[in-house]
Amino acid sequence: MASLKCLLRSGRNAVSVVLRREFHRTLPASLQVTVRDALNQAMDEELERDERVFLLGEEVAQYDGAYKVSRGLWKKYGDKRIIDTPITEMGFAGIAVGAAMGGLRPICEFMTFNFSMQAIDQVINSAAKTYYMSAGLQQVPIVFRGPNGASAGVAAQHSQCFAAWYAHCPGLKVVSPWNSEDAKGLLKAAVRDDNPVVFLENELMYGVPFEMSEEAQSKDFLIPIGKAKIERQGDRVTLVSHSRLVSHCLDAAAVLSKDGIECEVINLRTIRPMDMETIEKSVIKTNHLITVEGGWPQFGVGAEISARIMEGPAFNYLDAPVARVTGVDIPMPYAKILEDHSIPQVKDIIFTVKKTLNI
Amino acid sequence: MRKMLTIISNVLRASTKKNGARVVVSSRSYADFTPQASFDIKGCDLHRLEEGPAQQAVLTREEGLQYYRTLQMMRRMELKADQLYKQKIIRGFCHLYDGQEACAVGIEAGINPTDHLITAYRAHGYTLTRGGTVREIMAELTGRRGGIAKGKGGSMHMYTKNFYGGNGIVGAQVPLGAGVALACKYQGRNELCVTLYGDGAANQGQIFETYNMASLWKLPCIFICENNKYGMGTSVERAAASTDYYKRGDFIPGLRVDGMDVLCVREATKFAADHCRAGKGPILMELQTYRYHGHSMSDPGVSYRTREEIQEVRSKSDPISMLKERMLSNNMTNVEELKEIDVEVRKEIEDAAQFATTDPEPPLEELCNHLFSNDQPLEVRGTHPWTKLKSVS
Repeated sequence: MASLKCLLRSGRNAVSVVLRREFHRTLPASLQVTVRDALNQAMDEELERDERVFLLGEEVAQYDGAYKVSRGLWKKYGDKRIIDTPITEMGFAGIAVGAAMGGLRPICEFMTFNFSMQAIDQVINSAAKTYYMSAGLQQVPIVFRGPNGASAGVAAQHSQCFAAWYAHCPGLKVVSPWNSEDAKGLLKAAVRDDNPVVFLENELMYGVPFEMSEEAQSKDFLIPIGKAKIERQGDRVTLVSHSRLVSHCLDAAAVLSKDGIECEVINLRTIRPMDMETIEKSVIKTNHLITVEGGWPQFGVGAEISARIMEGPAFNYLDAPVARVTGVDIPMPYAKILEDHSIPQVKDIIFTVKKTLNI
Repeated sequence: MRKMLTIISNVLRASTKKNGARVVVSSRSYADFTPQASFDIKGCDLHRLEEGPAQQAVLTREEGLQYYRTLQMMRRMELKADQLYKQKIIRGFCHLYDGQEACAVGIEAGINPTDHLITAYRAHGYTLTRGGTVREIMAELTGRRGGIAKGKGGSMHMYTKNFYGGNGIVGAQVPLGAGVALACKYQGRNELCVTLYGDGAANQGQIFETYNMASLWKLPCIFICENNKYGMGTSVERAAASTDYYKRGDFIPGLRVDGMDVLCVREATKFAADHCRAGKGPILMELQTYRYHGHSMSDPGVSYRTREEIQEVRSKSDPISMLKERMLSNNMTNVEELKEIDVEVRKEIEDAAQFATTDPEPPLEELCNHLFSNDQPLEVRGTHPWTKLKSVS
C-alpha cells in the first residue's frame, strides 16, 4: 500500500516503469524492491558484515531517517553504530572523516546534498586529497550519501544537483544509482571501497519499486564502481544519463520505438571515474549522442562527456554534434508549472533525438 | 651514600642502552650528577575544574637530557629551514615553530606513542615528536623523493603513524581530531586524540560544533589551543571578543598553561590525559606560547609587534634556556655535556640538510600515483588530450 502511494507520488514516469517491468519475463525468485528498501538492505548487510562500518547523520537513528532510508537500523544496531548528530554539517562531516582516518568505515548522511555545501571543505580538502598529499600513508574509507538534485516543490535552496561539483575533484569517486539494483550494489561497493565516495541518491526514486533479481538479493551482490550499464539496446542514437532521468530516457525510447527509432540507453551509474569506453563503443555504433541530466548545463556532466567524445576515437563516427538535455539554467522555482518546466521532460528528450537525427 | 649513587648511576647507564632514550653517555662518572629533582611550576588557571595539575614536577636527568635534545633539534631544524627558504631551496608555505618547542615536547611527554595527535599547518615540530626523522622532514620541505610524504605534501602535509598532519585549512583539523577520538572510543582502545589549533582558529564555527559533539558523546579528545598571541598579523585582542581561550569550550572543563615551560605542559597534558582516559569526555588546554618568526616565511613578523617584545620573550621565557638553567642549577648536567648534545644535534641537522638538498626530486612517473587506495591502475588525463598518464595505488 505504501509503495502504491509512493508510486503515485513519483508521477507518471514511475508508473510506466513499473508497468513495463511487470510485463517482463520474471526470474523465478525475483521480487519488487523499492530503491529505499534496497539502500536500507545495503546498509544493513554492510553493518552486519564489518564492525567498523557505522552510520551518522541528522535523524538517522531514532527518527528512522528523514526519508526513512535507515528505518530499523538503530533498533537493530543501537547507539554505537547508528548516530544521530546535531544540525552541524561541517562538524559532523569532519568528525566522520577523522573517524575514517582513525580506522573506521563511516557512512556520513547529508539530509540532502544541498547541506553538504556547508561541509564541502571536509569532503574535498580533508577526505579527497589526503591519500595523495600523504603519498599513500593515510587512507580515508568514507561514504557520503544522501538525496541529490531536484525533488518536488522544495524550491531553489533544496534542489541543486551536485554531480558536476563533486565529479570535478580528483581523489573522489562519485556514484549516481538509478534503480534498486544500482542502489544496493553500488552502495555496498562504496562502503567496501577504501576511498572517499560521494553517493548521490534521488528522493523521487526512493519509493519506486524495481525488480530485484535473485543475484541482486545476495549479501555479496556488488556492482563495480566505474562501469556504466546499457539499459536498452539500440542502433540509431545513444542516450546517456544518470539517476532519475534514466527513467525519462527509457520512456522516450519506448515512444520513439513506435516510430522505428531504436535508442540505446546508457545508465552511467558512476560519474567519476566515468566509463567513456561504454559510451564511445555505443557512439561508434549509433553515430549520434545525446546526454540527459537534471543538473544545470554549464560545466555539467553532459559538457564533460561532449568534450571527451571529441578527444576520443568516437568523434569520427559522429554524424551530428553531441546534444545536451539538461535542467534550465536558473535556480529552481516553486510553482508547479514553473518547476515542471525547469527540468527535462520526456518530450524534451524526444524532441532532441529528432533534431539530432534531423527528423 | 656513595654506594647508593653508584647503584643509581649503574641503573642509569643500563637504561641508556634502550632504543628510545637518546641520552649522551658521557665519559664522566654519573655519580657527579643529580639523578632527579623536583621543580615548582606555575599553577594553571582553571575553568569548571575543582583542581588542576600538580604545581610540582619531577624531572629525571634522563628525561631532562632527552627533552633538551629534542627541543634543540626542533629549534635548529626550524632555523635551518629558515636558511634554506631564504636560499630558495624551500618554496611555497613554511610556517616555523621556533619559540613554541615546549608545547610539542611537553605534550609528547604527557601522552603515549599509541595516542593520536593532529594539528594545523605549523606542524614540523609535531612531525618530529611523533616519530618523523629530521632527514625526511627536511627532504619533504625541499620537495624530494626522500621526503616523509615523498615530496607530494610539503610543509603542511606531513604524516606519521598516529599523526594526522599537517592540515592547511584553518580549523578543519579540529573535527578531524574529534573523529579520531571517536574511532578510539568506538574500538575500545584506551587511546585519546590530542587536537591542536591556534588562537586564530579558535574563533572558527566548526570548532564549536566539535566541542558540542565531543561533549555530547564524551569523546576522549584533548583540545589544545596554542595561543601565540597572533593569528597571522592580527593580535588576539583584535580577533576575539573573549581571549580566555581555555574558557571558550563553555561546558568543557579547561585550563590555561604556561606553554613556554616544558614541565608545565607535560604535567598539564598528563592531567588532561587522565581526565579523558577516565571516560569524563573532552577537556581543553590553552597553552600560552610565542613564535619568534613571523606567521610564515613571507611575514617578517615585525609590522604588528615590536622587536623589543620578541627580544623580551627570548631573554626571559625561552623554553630551551629555561630547561638548561634548571638542569645546570640543580647539577643534573654540566655545560660540556650539553655542548656535546648541541654538537650532535648540529651534525644531524647538517646531514639532514645535505640530504634534503641533494636527494633527487620525485620521478615524474609518480605524478598521478596515490589517488586511490587499494584500487586498480587507472588512466589520468594530462594537460592535453594526447598525454596518457598512469595512476597506481
